[in-house]
Amino acid sequence: MEGKIALVTGASRGIGSAIAQKLAAAGATVIVNYSGSEAKAQEVVEKIKAAGGNAVAMKCDVSDFGACKELADAILKEFGRLDVLVNNAGITKDGLIMKMTESDFDQVIAINLKGTFNMIQNFSRTFLKQRSGKIINISSVSGVMGNAGQANYSASKAGIIGLTKSVARELASRHVCVNAIAPGFVETDMTDNMPQAAKDGMTQMIPMGRLGAPEDIANAALFLASDAADYITGQVLCVDGGMAI
Amino acid sequence: MLEKLVAIIEEKLNVEGMEITEATSFQDDLDADSLDLFELTMALEEEFGVEIPSEELSSFTTVGSVLTYLEEKGVQA
Repeated sequence: MEGKIALVTGASRGIGSAIAQKLAAAGATVIVNYSGSEAKAQEVVEKIKAAGGNAVAMKCDVSDFGACKELADAILKEFGRLDVLVNNAGITKDGLIMKMTESDFDQVIAINLKGTFNMIQNFSRTFLKQRSGKIINISSVSGVMGNAGQANYSASKAGIIGLTKSVARELASRHVCVNAIAPGFVETDMTDNMPQAAKDGMTQMIPMGRLGAPEDIANAALFLASDAADYITGQVLCVDGGMAI
Repeated sequence: MLEKLVAIIEEKLNVEGMEITEATSFQDDLDADSLDLFELTMALEEEFGVEIPSEELSSFTTVGSVLTYLEEKGVQA
């Protein structure tokens, strides 16, 4: 990944932070995007730099199309290109469908699904002109299998899979690879908030019998971002301990 | 104008050395797909400072059709 420029959205913590650090350790210059947690994003940047890598934090609310355009312009102005785009920023607003509010649904779709579109759209011409690039969208096992209590989240993550496959078809002839990773149950702040009983129940659904670590997802992201994955596009790679088998 | 357009077409569609006239068809003669045409219009937008709506792409069948479109837009080469 030496000399490559990578943008990871929602990289101040969890899976995004792990991916940012992994890509930087492999030699990429990483833009650590954040929306609210500037201090945490800065911590990730410092960690990367301490390990001898290159990183910079940039703020952008991915649900805001105009802000994404500004971020894209700023990145292209500073670095002149983008080799890897990891659309990771995401939120949950869980609840059973009977109790799910319109706003719960809209917010999750706006950040998870539309945010992914916003970023891809604003960088699509860049990738087209470069005739190279890797777009990695973070979906979820929830978008593959569905999950009670996550109608909004799983809709957004299934939407990301459709988006991934369509854009993969559009950009394939220009050597731009577009893939999705569907993490299973991964130990992050997002899953820490779940009740212990729910976590135990989830663990029982995982053939490997354990939760995943952010590092597990980052390894898959590094592979898809690398030249080793040049012939892979439009795929959904489940990194879930066998959960979606 | 035609000369400039042909130069852009040659570069963007990677078809240097072919004879390109107003009658040349993008699809039949130059083997261009929809993404090629899109890239061509991106280049035209940059070169001539015009905005070309995506809907127009389907009407760009021949080199002449693009030429007519640009002239109607008041583009001066």
